[in-house]
Formats: sequence, structure tokens, C-alpha cells
Amino acid sequence: MDILIVLPVLIPFATSIVMLLCWSRRDIHRFLNVVGAVLLLIASLVLLNSVAHNGVHATQLGNWPAPFGISFVADLFSAIMVVIAGLTAVVGAVYSLGSMDQARERFGYYPLLHTMFMGICGAFLTGDIFNLYVWFEVLLISSFVLMALGGERAQLEGSIKYVTLNLLSSALFLSAVGILYGAVGTLNMADLAQQLSLLDQPGIVLTLAMLFLVAFGIKAAIFPLFAWLPASYHTPPIAVSAIFAGLLTKVGVYSLIRVFSLLFVQNITLTHGLILILAGLTMVTGVLGAVAQNEFRRVLAFHSISQIGYMIMGLGLFTQLALAGAIFYIMHHTVVKMNLFLVSGIVHRLRGSYELKDLGDVYKTHPWLAILFLISAFSLAGFPPLFGFWAKLMLVQAGLQAEHYVIAATALLVGLLTAFSMAKIWAEAFWKKAPTPAQPNTRNLGFMVAPVVGLTLITIAVGLVTQPFYDLMVDAANQLADPSAYIAAVQSASLALR
Amino acid sequence: MEFIWAIVIGALYAAGLYMIMRRSIVKIILGLALLGYAANLLIFIVSNLTRGNPPLVPPGATAPIAPYADPLPQALILTAIVIGFGVQAFTIVLFRRAYRSFGADDIDELRTTER
Repeated sequence: MDILIVLPVLIPFATSIVMLLCWSRRDIHRFLNVVGAVLLLIASLVLLNSVAHNGVHATQLGNWPAPFGISFVADLFSAIMVVIAGLTAVVGAVYSLGSMDQARERFGYYPLLHTMFMGICGAFLTGDIFNLYVWFEVLLISSFVLMALGGERAQLEGSIKYVTLNLLSSALFLSAVGILYGAVGTLNMADLAQQLSLLDQPGIVLTLAMLFLVAFGIKAAIFPLFAWLPASYHTPPIAVSAIFAGLLTKVGVYSLIRVFSLLFVQNITLTHGLILILAGLTMVTGVLGAVAQNEFRRVLAFHSISQIGYMIMGLGLFTQLALAGAIFYIMHHTVVKMNLFLVSGIVHRLRGSYELKDLGDVYKTHPWLAILFLISAFSLAGFPPLFGFWAKLMLVQAGLQAEHYVIAATALLVGLLTAFSMAKIWAEAFWKKAPTPAQPNTRNLGFMVAPVVGLTLITIAVGLVTQPFYDLMVDAANQLADPSAYIAAVQSASLALR
Repeated sequence: MEFIWAIVIGALYAAGLYMIMRRSIVKIILGLALLGYAANLLIFIVSNLTRGNPPLVPPGATAPIAPYADPLPQALILTAIVIGFGVQAFTIVLFRRAYRSFGADDIDELRTTER
């Protein structure tokens, strides 16, 4: 067994178990929360370093050889996603210390957070499609409780929509897995990749591809399946919203990219062409929805949908540059969108509202916060030389190279509308004169500001030193485009056991 | 036999989707439960049910005696049932809590988060 691959699952698991054992000790929860998150980030960085230098890692849980046992596989894409999860965990953990209220902390907020990270890391690392379903359920049930925890009216309403549509998606996912097993007789993804290419039943394969597209499409919130996201993502406490918007929808995007690069590549013009059309519609509807909103968090929530479109666009183009751009965009969006949500939480602390009409004057009273917001907003809109510019550049360039001019033009236009919706927040919340004086609540504000500063520094740093990240993304995309290394790693891990 | 099951499973999916599209919150829970059953039965039927020997390797051999029954679909369904049970329990509690908070069993009244 390769312990490195399993650690990102074991660390959050152990953290939450220890927390559950000392249920009533809020101070221990707060301490372990940070320790567990930092350990997760370190373990994920070690894993990424090892994968980058030694190639794809694979291990068989319980030492049962594939395809009978469950494989855990870490290629560059998985390892990058786990690093993103680790980063999100650290940022979310520190921010929660300052922003979470005592009642939620007493009712197990921190253990739930870490079981959710366990599910997310498991979903990124598993090499077995049924096991992916199980990890999805682990992260979903934790996210259900996180969303409803506190029991405010808006939270309950949001949760009902979130829970119903995600359970519908799970039922479709499960049905698809069942049919897949009936058609091919295996669930191991490396084995499936080989068997599906031999299967001469294009009708069944296409049906399966569409079932997976809908199931993961609901979770990733692509057009027209995103209705649950703007109804629910702004209702829980801001730390939860930030983690959900930053990471949770990415699990759906990850699964889409994994499934449509490893399993369903038999009829690329049809499946990936459809994905490309959906990507364009997702971008446009998301950003138009965002422009129409008048609440800080709802603008950001609608915005996430349009950004999912960019990631799916990379998958739809399906060239190496496009896949690299998609992975880069996932990274970028996690950092920047989380940061914007976190800024909205600080603004709420200072002004006591999320409604844009009640906000104002933040630039006058807290210019540093306005600058922090502006850097992330510019990056999201794709201004050089920030993180987002390079991610967008890669995608647009890939679109032009593949001669898909319409999608490239859409991507540029949506960037402009993004800048417009960010300017709306800027003008309303930061620039205009506030209608009412506010009583700022600055208790524990340091815990909330530190993660924002950290994420902003990452946004600037990756923008200025892009080359090593670019190389890493291209290597990851090459592994996705040619899955032979993935399959070989699983086979050699199994052979070592025989 | 599989033909009858196919119709039963199709009816379960249809009933489940119909229930989810009703306005009553309780019916949504029932719809989700029906969808779960439909998926479980689908796995059971679609994976080539065979009557055969138990899938155990006899002493001295390297493979079970053919024809043997495939144990995997049952393992999948058991896992899915357990997960479905937990999720349904949570859903019922969540919806009950929501009902006590709003006093309404109509999904159309839950619109304050979308304005």
C-alpha cells in the first residue's frame, strides 16, 4: 500500500473522529480544525511533488488486485485537485475561527467540515466508479448538514432545494453505474477505459455518457441543471458558502473531466461537441443572472455558474492546451471565488448587511479591503497580469487553435460582462455613500482578514510566476489526453500483489 | 422475467419523478425513495442475473466452479441501500424541521431565497 495516496483521506477522517470523541470541548475543536487542515495541505503537497517526479501513483486498498479490489490512483490532475482541497481546508478553517458563531461550533461544525474534506479527497483519488459514488455520498451528507446547520429559515429553504436536486443526481449516477456494470462487467476505471474501447455497442455507451453528463452536470451546476445553486449557496454562513463555491462544484467538474477523458472518448464529435454548447450556454446564463442580482453573495453565487462554463469549455474543446486551461481555471476559480466570498463576509461584519443597496463607503473607511476585493475581481474578469488572465488566455487560445471561434468569442464577451458585474459590486458596496451609518463588529477580524490576504497574494504570485504552473498543467493535461500511464499504474500496482 | 422487471423498474422511475415534481414536500421525500428503489432494482436486473454455484473458490482450485452467481451487484445494492437509508432519514428530519418553521407543505411557498 502506498500510504501517500491514502493520507489525504485519512487525515480529515482522523481529525473528525478525534473531534467527535471530545464533542463538548469547543476549544479543542477549534485547535484540531486548524491542525487537521494544515496537515491535509502538507500531505497533498507531498503527494503532488511525488506524482510530479515519479509519475502516476496507484495503490490497491486491502491489497486486493484490480479489477476486484478498489484502486486509489493519483495522477497529476487528481494530485492538483487534492492540493486545491488542502488549500481550501486551511483557508476555510482559519476563516471559520473568526466568523463562525458559538452555537454552530457547539453542534459539530468542525467535525462536519472535515468529514466533507474526507469525502472530497476520496472522490478525487479513487479509481473505482462505484467508490466514487460512495465518496460523493460522504461529501454530500456532510454538505447537507453544513448547509442546514443553524436552522435559519433561508437555510432550510435552500437546503430543501439543494438536497432534492443532489439526491436526484445521485440516483441517476447510481443507475448509470448499474447499467455500466451490466454492459461491461467491471467498475475499475482503468479497466473500464480498456473494456469500453472494445465494446461494440455505441448506443449503450452513448446512453451511459449522457446519464453521467446529467448526473455530474447537476453537481457541477452546468446549464440547464444549475437551479439549485443560486437558490442555496448564499444561505449558510459565509465560510460555508465560500468553501462550497470554491470546492464543492469542482468535484462535479472533476468527475466530468475524468469520465469524459478516460471512459467516454469513443464519439468525441457528438459528446464533447454537446459539452461545448452547454459550456457556452452556462457561461452566458450564469453571468447574465449575476448582473441581475442585488445581493453581494447572490451575485457571486450566480457568477460561479458562469465560471463553471469556462472549465467545461476546456473539456469540450478536448485538446491538450484546452484541458490544461480547464485545470488551470479550476485552480484559479477556487482561489478567487473563495476570496470574493470571504471579502463579502468581512464587508458584512463592517456594514451589517449583504444587500447592495444598504452597503457603501467601504473604500473610504477600509481602503485595504477595497484593494483586496479589486485584485480578486480583476483576476476573475481576466485582467493581466493576474492569475485569471493566464487561465482565460489558455482557454481562448485553445478555442482559436481548434477553430471554435464562437466559443472563444463567447468566452471573451462573458469576461467583459464579468467585469461589469464586479464593477456593480464595486460601485454599490465600496464606492457609493452608505445610506445608514454602521456599527462595525471587529471581534476576531484578524482570523477573517488573514486568509483573504493569503489568497490575494496567491492570485498575484501565480500571475507573475506563471511558467512552472503552466508546465504542470500541460503535464497534467497530457496525462488526461493519453490515459495509458493511468492504466499502467493501476496494472502494475495489481501485478505487485499477485 | 426480465421483461416484467424492466416494466416494473420503468414504472418506479416514472412514479418517483412524478412525485418529485409534485408541490407537496412529503411527496418529494416519497419520490426520492422510489427513485432509490428503482436504481437498486435496475442494478440487480441489468447485471445478468444467473442461478448458479456460490462464488467461492473450492480448496485446491484457483477459480469458482462455473456457472457461479455474481456477488458484486448484491454488494453494490447493499451499499446503496445503507446510504439511501441514511440520506432518507436526514431528508425526513430536514423537511419536518422546515415544515415546523414555515408551517407550509407547499414547495411553491419556499421562494424567499430566490428573490
